[in-house]
Amino acid sequence: MGKWALYLDAIQRFFATKEFLPVPVEPMSFDSLLVHTKKGLYCSAGDFFVDPRRPVDRAVVSHAHSDHARYGCRRYLAAAPGERLLRMRMNSDAEFEFLAYGESTTLGGVNISFHPAGHMLGSAQVRLEHQGKVAVVTGDYKLGDDDSTCASWEPVRCDLMVTESTFGLPIYRWQPAEAIFGQINAWWRSNQERGLCSVLYGYAVGKSQRLLSELDTSIGPIYTHGAVEKGTQAYRDSGVTLPATQYVGDLPRKHDYRGGMVVAVPSAHGTTWGRRFGKTSTAMASGWMAIRGARRRRSVDRGFILSDHVDWPSLLTAVEQCDPETVWVTHGYSAIVARYLVESGRNAIALDGVVRREGEEDSVDQVADVEDES
Amino acid sequence: MKRFAELYRRLDSTTKTNEKIAAMVDYFQHAPAEDAAWATHFLSGKKLRRLVPTGLLRQWAAEEAGVPTWLFEESYQAVGDLAETLSLVVPGLNSDEDETLTEWINAKLLRLRKLEEPEQRQAVVDIWRRTDTQTRFVIMKLITGAFRVGVSKRLVTRALAEHAELSPDVIAHRLMGDWKPTADFFEGLISPGEGESLPSQPYPFCLAHAIEPSEGPSSLGNIHDYAAEWKWDGIRGQLIRRGGDTYLWSRGEELMEGRWPEIESAGEFLPDGTVLDGEILGFDEASGVLPFAQLQRRIGRKTVGKKLLTEVPVVFRAFDLLESDNEDRRALPFDERRRHLETLVETLDHPRLILNELVTAKSWEMLAEIRETSRDRNAEGLMLKRRDAPYDVGRVRGTWWKWKVAPFTIDAVLIYAQKGHGKRASLFTDYTFALWQDGELIPFAKAYSGLDDAEIRQVDRFVRKNTKESFGPVRSVTPQLVMELAFEGLQRSKRHKSGVATRFPRILRWRQDKQPEEANTLAELMELLPGE
Repeated sequence: MGKWALYLDAIQRFFATKEFLPVPVEPMSFDSLLVHTKKGLYCSAGDFFVDPRRPVDRAVVSHAHSDHARYGCRRYLAAAPGERLLRMRMNSDAEFEFLAYGESTTLGGVNISFHPAGHMLGSAQVRLEHQGKVAVVTGDYKLGDDDSTCASWEPVRCDLMVTESTFGLPIYRWQPAEAIFGQINAWWRSNQERGLCSVLYGYAVGKSQRLLSELDTSIGPIYTHGAVEKGTQAYRDSGVTLPATQYVGDLPRKHDYRGGMVVAVPSAHGTTWGRRFGKTSTAMASGWMAIRGARRRRSVDRGFILSDHVDWPSLLTAVEQCDPETVWVTHGYSAIVARYLVESGRNAIALDGVVRREGEEDSVDQVADVEDES
Repeated sequence: MKRFAELYRRLDSTTKTNEKIAAMVDYFQHAPAEDAAWATHFLSGKKLRRLVPTGLLRQWAAEEAGVPTWLFEESYQAVGDLAETLSLVVPGLNSDEDETLTEWINAKLLRLRKLEEPEQRQAVVDIWRRTDTQTRFVIMKLITGAFRVGVSKRLVTRALAEHAELSPDVIAHRLMGDWKPTADFFEGLISPGEGESLPSQPYPFCLAHAIEPSEGPSSLGNIHDYAAEWKWDGIRGQLIRRGGDTYLWSRGEELMEGRWPEIESAGEFLPDGTVLDGEILGFDEASGVLPFAQLQRRIGRKTVGKKLLTEVPVVFRAFDLLESDNEDRRALPFDERRRHLETLVETLDHPRLILNELVTAKSWEMLAEIRETSRDRNAEGLMLKRRDAPYDVGRVRGTWWKWKVAPFTIDAVLIYAQKGHGKRASLFTDYTFALWQDGELIPFAKAYSGLDDAEIRQVDRFVRKNTKESFGPVRSVTPQLVMELAFEGLQRSKRHKSGVATRFPRILRWRQDKQPEEANTLAELMELLPGE
């Protein structure tokens, strides 16, 4: 290693040990409003983190999935519709505060409010306003008004938009959810006619309840995996109407599941837990199912392309409607989306370090959930 | 077309043989005969000659999707399949229009080749706009010539046999050679009668099962029930003389016209109505059988120059006789076919058409000793054939065995990784390995297979965490993982940085017990070079 390389290395090491990594220079400074740090997005004026990646003193949280709502913080502030979900998943000794969508509170001169993100029950875009500048952290979100389990996304005008990019490639273009649910119900009906039990995998909180809300209950009974049942109960307690479900763990081992529909978490696939259902047809509902390789790796019989995240066209629509001066891209294909936005004439940078891999659409503690079942 | 797209989907969504066969039978029963013929064409691995340059397809797709070309390439990297990327990137409109597979091919696909670029573009864009994603994907597979759906020719044969209620052997034979996908062909294929066959039509090749090198052949029974021959590393071929013409087919059912003029001219001396099975080998009187690398210089060339003809002369080393006097002799036992063959080749007495002599030994132990000399003869090992067995169709257990010499092995360090394709797209599965020389790691082989799914994921995580540099799709990684590689042959090579080329390198196992410093050196690899 040459002298200069050693020198550079030393500088890098010095910065790596610092709490706050510098964000590259951009036209407008958002330093007092939001900076990107190792622990997550930090607002220095209000001294809080938005969706922190480590336990912190005060967390403002976009939604209850565990890669956004970090366990172990001292204080949480979130949107009111997600109260039960958040309390269910976070440490009970924490202090919680909830705001209705559109309602605001002030911390250190920073005005904070939550606006629907359409991702799941209680999911919100976090809007921060300080000294005339507005930043919006989208959390996870999707556009459209076809999800009856949560409030639909609304554009929020801002100067800085921090957007997710889980499906930020032009190969991801969702069909209308109605069409996908048509396919799911047709698949269930055909299995029912062949005397098979349908097993449909989706994330325990959010996706599962959206699936439940659109299943055609005239086809047969619906059963749930333990983790799904827990999430479903929390949804019901929050006032969302969902069809009747039976928790698999409450039924005798020899129960006849033919013609029924089991909604389960993906990690239950291929485990001994699934044996009780007899002859099954299995399917996974996820945005990743758009890619043939991903479908095949999952080794399920069917893949339904259903996501609670923005696809390529709606990501671009969202940016256009919120019309920020600067975009920070995170959670997914950050560098690619940022480069595309820059070439389209917007300031954009990729926030590195938050890379989501295939299958990690929403990280939920699924392994523990499965163990609960056995 | 939707029916064909649905067939593709069904085949693609299952790994179960019976379900695949059921899907194909279902299709053959309901599709018009000409569609069934085209489906048979594609399923058995035949392609349309290139219709549109793929570079243009990429460019048009990017333009239609309103994305820059770099973004199209990023998308392709994420998907790992060009046809799929094309069908996903372009926003499509569904349409209820549906024409048959044959109409599609005749009216829309084959004409693409003849169009000028602007019309070609318009025609392709029309296809994108008027098809749903699944149909579009299958059509793009046909256009890009990458139609593979995890169905072997054997499986297609079984499905056709089930549909036609005929023996798979009859179907396999009728599927050989150069046929045109027409309704007439398909009806002939499934008809119960004798049917007519073309003079060029080859027989299905008989294939061998492998004997585990560690176990040996003793469980096969008495050595006297078997004939032993050298197993050569050349090109398997079927030489046909019928109706005054000579045809030389490869095992991939390619008619190798004009590529091996020495052999074709030798074929002219064969009596009419003769079919021989054998191996095309580089061979000269002085050195005997030439290494495969020499033969390789002639492979893939449509015409062969004088210089190459002199430097790499070839022979057809015949080891079986399938037809004589226009009679199918495949049902005869090996010994009898062999006697016919010996008489024929001796009478012919042509320097380019020679007999593959038998290897004789009194016991398996003696034979094993002879087998040890394989590498010095540029042979891969021995073939064992049951003396009383007929010439089977395909890979039938128990009649032909290949007993290869154990592969070379060496411990090497993983230094570069690249993402795979298809099922392995988005995972780092294609690796380059290196050996030590003067404290430096010199790349010498690429290997793609040998690890199980769990190991692949583990290596994938390692690559992501330990990337040093990216060169396009290739990542250089911290040299840390040691794997044991196996390979069949070794040749000096000027084109390789290491100075040697390996044949069929693959990963034998991951040496988690070894540190990179404990990997082998290039010098140790060189010691394995045969005859040095």
